[in-house]
Amino acid sequence: MDLRVGIDIGSTTVKVVVLDEQNKLLFRSYERHFSKTRERAAQTLRSITDILSGKNVHMVITGSAGLGVSKVCGIDFVQEVYATAAAVNQYVPGTDAVIELGGEDAKIIFFGGALEERMNGSCAGGTGAFIDQMASLLNVSIDQLDELSLKHEKIYPIASRCGVFAKSDIQPILNQGGRKEDVAASIFQAVVDQTVAGLTQGRALKGKIVFLGGPLHFLTGLRERFVDTLHLDNDHAVFPEDGDCFAAMGAALCATDYPSRPFEECLKLLEESVDATTALDVMPPLFINETNYAAFLSRHNANHPPVADLATYAGDAWLGIDAGSTTTKMVLIGPEGGILFHYYHSNQGNPVAIVLEQLKEIYRQCGNRVTIKGAAVTGYGEELIKNAFQCDLGLVETMAHYKAAAHFNPQVDFIIDIGGQDMKCFKIRNGAVDSIMLNEACSSGCGSFIETFAKALGYDIASFSKLGLFSPHPVNLGSRCTVFMNSSVKQAQKDGAGVEDISAGLSISIVKNAVYKVIRAANADDLGKHIVVQGGTFLNDAVLRAFEQELGREVVRPTIAGLMGAFGAALSARDLHLEQSDLLSIEALQSFSHNAKPATCGLCTNHCSLTVNTFDGGRKFISGNRCSRPLGKEKQTLPDLMKYKYNSLRSYHGKGQGTGVRGRIGIPFGLNMYENLPFWFNFFTTLNFEVVLSPESSRKLYIKGQHTIPSDTVCYPAKLLHGHVEALVEMGVDAIWYPCMSYNYDEGIGDNHYNCPVVAYYPELLAANIPQLKETRFLNPYVGLWRHRDCEKHLAEIMGKEFAIPHRETVAAVQSAYQEYTSFLHDLRSMGELYVEEARQKGLPILVVAGRPYHADPEINHGINDLITGQGFALITEDAVSWKMGYESRNVLNQWTFQSRMYNAARYVCAQPDIQLIQLVSFGCGTDAITADEVRSILEAHGKLYTQLKIDDINNLGAVKIRIRSLMAAMEARSRGKDHGDS
Amino acid sequence: MAELKYDENGRLLFTKEMKKDYTLLAPQMLPDHFAMVVEIVRSYGYKVEMLENAGRPVIDAGQKYVHNDACYPAILVIGQLINAIQSGKYDPHKVALVITQTGGGCRASNYIHLLRKALEKADLAFVPVISLNLSGMEKNPGFQLSVGILRKAIFALIYGDLLLCVSNQVRPYELTKGDTDTCVQQCMNFLLADMHQGKGMSFKSMNANFDRITAAFKAIPVSQEEKVRVGVVGEIYVKYAPLGNNNLCDFLLSEGAEPVVPGVIDFIIFKINNREVDVDIYGGRWIKEKFCHWLQKYVMKYQHAMIDALRRSGFRAPGDFTELHSYIKGYLGDGNKMGEGWLLTAEMLELIHIGVPNIVCTQPFGCLPNHIVGKGMIRKLKDDYPWSNIVAIDYDPGATKINQENRIKLMLANAKALKKEQELQSQTPVPSEAKAPAL
Repeated sequence: MDLRVGIDIGSTTVKVVVLDEQNKLLFRSYERHFSKTRERAAQTLRSITDILSGKNVHMVITGSAGLGVSKVCGIDFVQEVYATAAAVNQYVPGTDAVIELGGEDAKIIFFGGALEERMNGSCAGGTGAFIDQMASLLNVSIDQLDELSLKHEKIYPIASRCGVFAKSDIQPILNQGGRKEDVAASIFQAVVDQTVAGLTQGRALKGKIVFLGGPLHFLTGLRERFVDTLHLDNDHAVFPEDGDCFAAMGAALCATDYPSRPFEECLKLLEESVDATTALDVMPPLFINETNYAAFLSRHNANHPPVADLATYAGDAWLGIDAGSTTTKMVLIGPEGGILFHYYHSNQGNPVAIVLEQLKEIYRQCGNRVTIKGAAVTGYGEELIKNAFQCDLGLVETMAHYKAAAHFNPQVDFIIDIGGQDMKCFKIRNGAVDSIMLNEACSSGCGSFIETFAKALGYDIASFSKLGLFSPHPVNLGSRCTVFMNSSVKQAQKDGAGVEDISAGLSISIVKNAVYKVIRAANADDLGKHIVVQGGTFLNDAVLRAFEQELGREVVRPTIAGLMGAFGAALSARDLHLEQSDLLSIEALQSFSHNAKPATCGLCTNHCSLTVNTFDGGRKFISGNRCSRPLGKEKQTLPDLMKYKYNSLRSYHGKGQGTGVRGRIGIPFGLNMYENLPFWFNFFTTLNFEVVLSPESSRKLYIKGQHTIPSDTVCYPAKLLHGHVEALVEMGVDAIWYPCMSYNYDEGIGDNHYNCPVVAYYPELLAANIPQLKETRFLNPYVGLWRHRDCEKHLAEIMGKEFAIPHRETVAAVQSAYQEYTSFLHDLRSMGELYVEEARQKGLPILVVAGRPYHADPEINHGINDLITGQGFALITEDAVSWKMGYESRNVLNQWTFQSRMYNAARYVCAQPDIQLIQLVSFGCGTDAITADEVRSILEAHGKLYTQLKIDDINNLGAVKIRIRSLMAAMEARSRGKDHGDS
Repeated sequence: MAELKYDENGRLLFTKEMKKDYTLLAPQMLPDHFAMVVEIVRSYGYKVEMLENAGRPVIDAGQKYVHNDACYPAILVIGQLINAIQSGKYDPHKVALVITQTGGGCRASNYIHLLRKALEKADLAFVPVISLNLSGMEKNPGFQLSVGILRKAIFALIYGDLLLCVSNQVRPYELTKGDTDTCVQQCMNFLLADMHQGKGMSFKSMNANFDRITAAFKAIPVSQEEKVRVGVVGEIYVKYAPLGNNNLCDFLLSEGAEPVVPGVIDFIIFKINNREVDVDIYGGRWIKEKFCHWLQKYVMKYQHAMIDALRRSGFRAPGDFTELHSYIKGYLGDGNKMGEGWLLTAEMLELIHIGVPNIVCTQPFGCLPNHIVGKGMIRKLKDDYPWSNIVAIDYDPGATKINQENRIKLMLANAKALKKEQELQSQTPVPSEAKAPAL
């Protein structure tokens, strides 16, 4: 038989194998292709001419990038998962399941029973590229990451859905001094969770499991996490020697079915295809020529702060520090804002060390000539740095950036800052920060993305972005999240786009992402007339140019665009007019020490992951907390209606007024049960059932049910239901009651009164996907509660059929249940009024948190309510005020009850000078794509601030904090403005 | 430009005056079906055009003017409409836009409002938008869905379904490439000409036309080659619109498969049936229930006629609505009605039952109802029918064709492997408990 050659062209690597007649490996290779797929494959083949020369070979290509290559060169293709299955059948017989992680794909194959093969969907990280990104975030190599992970002591919960999410989880941990070892292991754990959650979809992973693909082949720490999580022993966890090349081996095995050709012909087909390109979706160039570019540069370089020189300067100075998510920026200024010293560097996961080093350097250069009269700090690491070095002021980033921008253009009305990890845009109205827009966790195509990409293609960031400036045909890569961009780039590469076209395309993508996804502007006037751009990413001329082109307007980019946060902090420090700064002196710095230890707070159910920082002299700083209790202070008890509602709902369990003789009814505590529980509790206890509630939501409960979630893009509140229902089964209830409800109560405030499709029908999804429910009595009939008489009849029928309960008895129970529901509502409403009154007496600002009833779940809101009251707000919920407003026609079809309440709550807030509103949005909530814009327009039409908090399974509240603090700052600025106006 | 009149809520109305010289622009979804509907509407004195603009500019316009978290069909439909107005092909002051609205609990009912917001953003707020719906929402003095139009529209949809069904069965096997498309065009031509003259609109003439169509397709020379049949189900827009699904059917053809695409008339019957079911579950006026019941029977009469025509000409015929409905017992309740509701699962079940276990389930990224009725049911289908082979594909402005195609290719590769396994198992006697619990 002829030799067989399998070529696996993945997203980052090319694997080539040659098999002999006995299916033995004659040759194997595993090489990165740096997007030059065809060249790499051809080179490798040429290098083994001695083995193959003059022979007939069966050659087959496989792999995610192989499809395109195969089309162009005419060599046969087999799908890579199929190929992998063939290889496993041959080399590891008796396998039950295969997990294969590749550069950008994750795959799972189940044998036994009918073959089942699956790949990750289009929104799923947790792959090789994700690990690459995370390693560069930690500033370590992949091997170092692996070594670190083996020394972990604790695992942090890290969002596993996609790289961008995980980044926003990891960054705060690092910034707050978390150990790299623990973060490394947590990253691998996130990959494991993602694979299990995203791919098994209800089929149990047991028996003999084979692990394949590059990452699993090379990373011991990742293997360990998988083996641990799946509880496997050595006989059941198989890591084959050539696990990184299995798809290629499978392709070679499959090649038997395809015709053979002389090797030289195959090589020729491949080599000739190297030059072939296909049509690309391209855009106009950024710059037509060098002159064009030079004019652009000179215009922007005119925006610089006054010239100053530390070597000759004598007098007062002020220090500003921006402890950003990936970089630390420091600026020392003179009285006019002239920059005496500046520093911009990646914080390498340890901002304290960097600031310490630079502070010493500043003191050295200052000598006796310069006195630091004040120091301010901003950014993610604000609190840590402020405490470590005793800075005089900590301020929210938005304020720092506004301060800096106003220095260059006092009329500034729009600021956009694109940094390494995040994008912030805000409008300035009446001298105050207004309508802040931050990138949502899924669209952060920010600076570090280009950087990671540059690295993957073998360039440094500066030369990579320069390449794009004069690209004649930038590729259109779309404007969604990075995972999508990755595959757009893959496609462009396949179509033969050059590196310079991709570079320009990426810059344009970032801009489109900012303009259309974050700001959602239709034209330049939506933004403002005086736009100042800043952040390290705008130092990239390609991005800046793309931004101006997209808006059709010239903007201001100060030469210190990357330092604006620090610059603004320094200006704020100056404006404190202090006689003396508290900043640690040069002497104090000599004995400075810092030690960070992770801990978990056990004082309430939030279980905050704390980092305890200890400094020299016993100074201590605790971060990661939501409230002040772990700091040893009494928890403040400001009015918090969310907590009140949650607690009163949790009390609905047990036998109530009844005897409980009819049995135990389990009710999952999630989604619309947050509205309907009082009804069902009363209904069932009146019928003498005992009501058993599922446990309180937690990360653990989520993980418990994670493996049966069929759609990984559904919202987190829905995903939690899997754990709730499984827990109820384990609690041994007689039946679980979870009715389907297309319709909600009709409160007369909308055009219709639906539930969203997920809330309405999730019970049916649970029934179809959770195996344990097949052995349980799971009652999920269709029920409508808004027509009382019809409901009585309908429920009586159901109860008669299921439990042989007499008609009359059920009817009475329904009537009693309606009463209970009404009194629950009334209680909530009057409590809301009480809280408002109390807040007004104490002069507290009031915040309406508008979301869904189930956003009261602490596992869903991650303790946002504590954070809000911790900042000094009184908190009430949308359902406590929505009833005060009647029906009003909206600019959208107002057809969901819960959502109608938000519109009404917004209208109510508009009429209250001392109340503001924050909207909570669960990631993946489709209906909020509609409601967000409408709530915003209601509020803004009445001059109110709109703030949106997007939440998922992420625990990190950093971004939430920025928004709440900015909101507070804006409210203060407004009331100051008003005082001035009145006087 | 006609005088702009607004209703009491400030909605811009399509007035009688506008009817005279405004052109109605409608987005495309099912090219043939919609072309016929448009012709019928024209015969009632409206100027109307179905848009055919496609490609990147449409997506760009959509992303620019629609909230990007809105579903992909909204982005495409609205992008197509706005791109058309901005193309310069029409006088923006003499066009009105037509968009369908189901009034169901899914986001799709809000497309019309998203469209209005988009028009405002694009400085086109003076362009009236007409809602096509059966729920009596948003009336316009200049546009009425008369019983006549509705009746004929149902005819058009049935004709469209028949063409879809027979052309899909012939195209993969045609000996001369293009024969099928030519035949579709010829049938369309005579149907449109008939409609223009008001013909082909009685039950009798429709049956005659059915036979004429099936005969025309039977006459196309075909090969006897065996191909993998692949069902296409999903959210209605991405299921049908080539713009929405990256030309899915063409891709399946190029991979040597035969696409099996269930028709649209079941969706219409489904939406009528929902209203009857609502009264049944939640209570309400019996007269509404009776009317819906009658209407469903009326439409099903035509569906049966089509199925009969297919059968007598030797084409594979789909089951009727009642048959579809019978499949979902044990999967979903009758009340599951948002989006495609239980119909989507029923279509997958029907495909499995007629020997098409290989299915592409299409949906816009993040589609709410499909979490339940699409992706949410695949596990149970696989448990109940081990040979079923369903791949869920998400469509989105940022999703790349290569990822989608790779996953479809995996499904096709699986199809072959499963078929082999199944054949092997059917040769060896199967122990009774391991048998697939079919039916």
